[in-house]
Amino acid sequence: MNAKLATLFIALFTCAWYFLPDFTISLLNYVGIYAIVVLGLVLMTGIAGMTSFGQAAFVGIGAYATAWICTSPFIVEAVGGALGLSLLPWIGLIFGLIITCCLAWLLGIITLNLSGFYLPLCTIAWGLSFYYLFGNLEFLGGHTGITGIPPVSIASHPLVDPRYFGYLIWSVFFALLCLTHNLLNSREGRAIQSLKSGRLMAESMGINTNSYRAKVFMLAALMASISGWLYAHFQRFVNPTPFNLSASIEYLFMAVIGGAGYLWGAVLGSGLITFIKSYLQDILPKIFGASINPEAIIFGLIMLFILQYQPDGLWPGLIKLLKPLIGVNKRNSTLDKYEPSQLTKRKMPPKEMVLLSAKNVTKRFGGLVANKSLSIDLKAGEIHALIGPNGAGKSTFFNIISGVDFPTEGEIELLGESMTGKTARDFASRGLGRTFQHVRLLRSKSVLENVALGAHLRGHFGWLASMFRLDRCEERALQKEASEQIDRCGLQGSEDAIASTLSLGKQRIVEIARALSGQPVALLLDEPAAGLRHLEKKDLAKLLMQLKLEGLGVLIIEHDMEFVMHLADRITVLDFGTVIAQGTPQEIQQNPRVLDAYLGIDEQSGESQ
Amino acid sequence: MNWDIALFLGQDGLVNGVIYGLLAIALVLVFMVTRVIFISQGDLVAYSALSMASLSGAKTPGTFWLLICLAVIVFATESWRWKKGLQVDWRSTLIWALFFPVIATFCVLALPTNSLAGNILTTICIITPLGPLLYRFIFRPIANASVLFLLIAAVTLHGILVGFSLLFFGAEGWRIPLFTDQGLSIGNVTIKGQSLIVVFVTISLVALLFLFFEKNIFGKALRATAINRTGAKLVGIPIEFCGDLSFAMAAFIAAISGILIAPLSIIYYDTGFLIGLKGFVAAIIGGLVSFPLALFGALLVGQLEAFSSFWASAYKEVLVFTLILPVLFWRSLRSRHVEDDE
Repeated sequence: MNAKLATLFIALFTCAWYFLPDFTISLLNYVGIYAIVVLGLVLMTGIAGMTSFGQAAFVGIGAYATAWICTSPFIVEAVGGALGLSLLPWIGLIFGLIITCCLAWLLGIITLNLSGFYLPLCTIAWGLSFYYLFGNLEFLGGHTGITGIPPVSIASHPLVDPRYFGYLIWSVFFALLCLTHNLLNSREGRAIQSLKSGRLMAESMGINTNSYRAKVFMLAALMASISGWLYAHFQRFVNPTPFNLSASIEYLFMAVIGGAGYLWGAVLGSGLITFIKSYLQDILPKIFGASINPEAIIFGLIMLFILQYQPDGLWPGLIKLLKPLIGVNKRNSTLDKYEPSQLTKRKMPPKEMVLLSAKNVTKRFGGLVANKSLSIDLKAGEIHALIGPNGAGKSTFFNIISGVDFPTEGEIELLGESMTGKTARDFASRGLGRTFQHVRLLRSKSVLENVALGAHLRGHFGWLASMFRLDRCEERALQKEASEQIDRCGLQGSEDAIASTLSLGKQRIVEIARALSGQPVALLLDEPAAGLRHLEKKDLAKLLMQLKLEGLGVLIIEHDMEFVMHLADRITVLDFGTVIAQGTPQEIQQNPRVLDAYLGIDEQSGESQ
Repeated sequence: MNWDIALFLGQDGLVNGVIYGLLAIALVLVFMVTRVIFISQGDLVAYSALSMASLSGAKTPGTFWLLICLAVIVFATESWRWKKGLQVDWRSTLIWALFFPVIATFCVLALPTNSLAGNILTTICIITPLGPLLYRFIFRPIANASVLFLLIAAVTLHGILVGFSLLFFGAEGWRIPLFTDQGLSIGNVTIKGQSLIVVFVTISLVALLFLFFEKNIFGKALRATAINRTGAKLVGIPIEFCGDLSFAMAAFIAAISGILIAPLSIIYYDTGFLIGLKGFVAAIIGGLVSFPLALFGALLVGQLEAFSSFWASAYKEVLVFTLILPVLFWRSLRSRHVEDDE
């Protein structure tokens, strides 16, 4: 949604607030409270590709924290006496946020190293145990809960009337929406969005996926906690029931129905479910009688229908309907005024320096030896090609020299530094750029965003700065850098194209541009010419030559012999996991063992050589 | 606590543990073959136990009507797909959507409700086809989605099943009489006959499963699909049928577990979920891929539950579900690699 329309919507909403009937106001307040939780879930589920079935427990922590602070006689006496009673809810808020933070962090570090589905499973279990814990702790009132929570006061005006409290709820929601929106449109936001498409690519761009996942999880938990605080002071009492597992599941329904990939989907989803629910509660007893309550079944079936036929939720459909009204969002192209001067620049190593060297690398998978004491190096200012028949161990080796996999024996050195035990991220931060054999782009994002992701390590502003838009200058520089790399790779004019709409060959070039925007000293290309047309291959060769002249070292795995023979300075041939030949293209072309491996000369003539 | 109590609790824990073990096996099986984390496994257990209760009260259980409805829906969808020119595996469709429902109808109509064996047979015939029918109705259309997406669908299914459970069986709890009052006395410790039945049935079932996976061609096909779906498809294994089969086995296991626990504790419409989740904690101990570790985990969960209900009964559930945290932590220490989720 564009900014003008959003402002207009909020303005209309504020005006209407005054005239709406009390019942609607009360429902809308609940919508706002839920939408805050759902916003966090949208960020987790649709955008970062994780999910949680325990958000209601975080809501519960926020609610119980403030309830306890505001009603515990000891605290009321000690703190209330010293600072004034009206301050208690705010202390409760901070207290809740701190507890939430610690818990989310703990759960995060436990599950984040594991496959993606362990986090949701873990949240189911812990969501359940919190429900039982709330119900059994004496000082939290057991299953009856805590009553007599005071209202929030702003400038000594207690917000008792739901209409006034609603202002607070919705201000908080829109503020959070705005902050999240800003966050997503920044360098950090791109990193968050890259989490969804598997960790390998993100890690190779230098993104610490574990840390980002933990942060996203914590942010979502904090939002839930804030929502719980609002809930407690709106209801003025808390008990365990609204924080159980089914509430968590309902939050997830809201996110999925609204549109888990869209921030505004949070309002849509929570609004729809809250209003439909209230309507059903009116109408169902009239149809089925009071004893039967098929609400859960109806919601479940609606949800299934959405999952099967509209997996992106209802928001994209709504936007499509409204499109004639609002027009298309345009990226503001004021980039040219800014120079990418403040981005970190790497010093190019002198020519002929050994950038990357593998020493006696052996890799075994059980009994299978994929690489047998391979020694290969890559110098600055050269193009080194790695060729070999299928199954020769090229890809395994490629993974090892890019930090994705560890060698069983042997050592990798990058710029003279031993990389034993280092991850793909460390390789990236030391100046290694790479592409993937199977293209790994953020499919639904523009080419510009994809390429800018490659420059991740060159920016420095963090989450808070991004949320408050303090990073704009750097962001422009990053975008400028990305757009320069796009031009350089011959993709002018497709900055705004969605990555998945490009041909496979072009997508490979986008990967190269992405690697280049990280300003690498060594570039590893995995079959870059596959799927390219003749002219495109020529352009690619030209680009690689130019990079070589600039002092980069390029290591390339390729099947296209003609392409390699014309381009490479040195060629290494692998077969059955060992180096069978190394030298200039001319030498390789005449090497009997290479001919044998590729053309299969029979044994006798092989021996007669 | 003295030895008698410890032995009593241990026995209790063992009985629950082996049932969690059965559920854990079913969860692992379904996950490996279809990548669905079948949260509703426990709901089917409750369906089974409550169907037993309904039958012994001489009532036709609501699950029977659910089966008929699902069979009609699945039959209609498959016919519609067939009409659109899509490939339909009629043989398996007929098995799940016609053969089993007909048998179940026969059981409900013809078998006397005062016979335990008859009720058990009826329950198994109702619950088992529910698995593949639910799979076809819910998971097959989205079979290629991510694990996360499938998990969300599974949780949705859980909500629907619990809703139906409340509709069919009401909010009050049910319990059927023990299969046997006999017991075995060793010293001053009594081993309940019911416990022996549970353990015996479980062991036989596990042995049967083992034979099935080792000797039977379908069992081997399931294993192949679990190891590599694409590879299995390439060598001609009908992986959709394998999905059906794994859900049928899961539902069968749920039916047996439900019948076994129906006399042991009071079952409410939503009890199944908690039982299923405990099987789940056990499955996670096995990393969702190892049957022996999952069984071991289940026994551990059973003991933990039994002893914590003695020491701190209010916090029983808290303790069992918090067990998952150290287990996950241990697993995460062991996994060094950045693994790529598909």
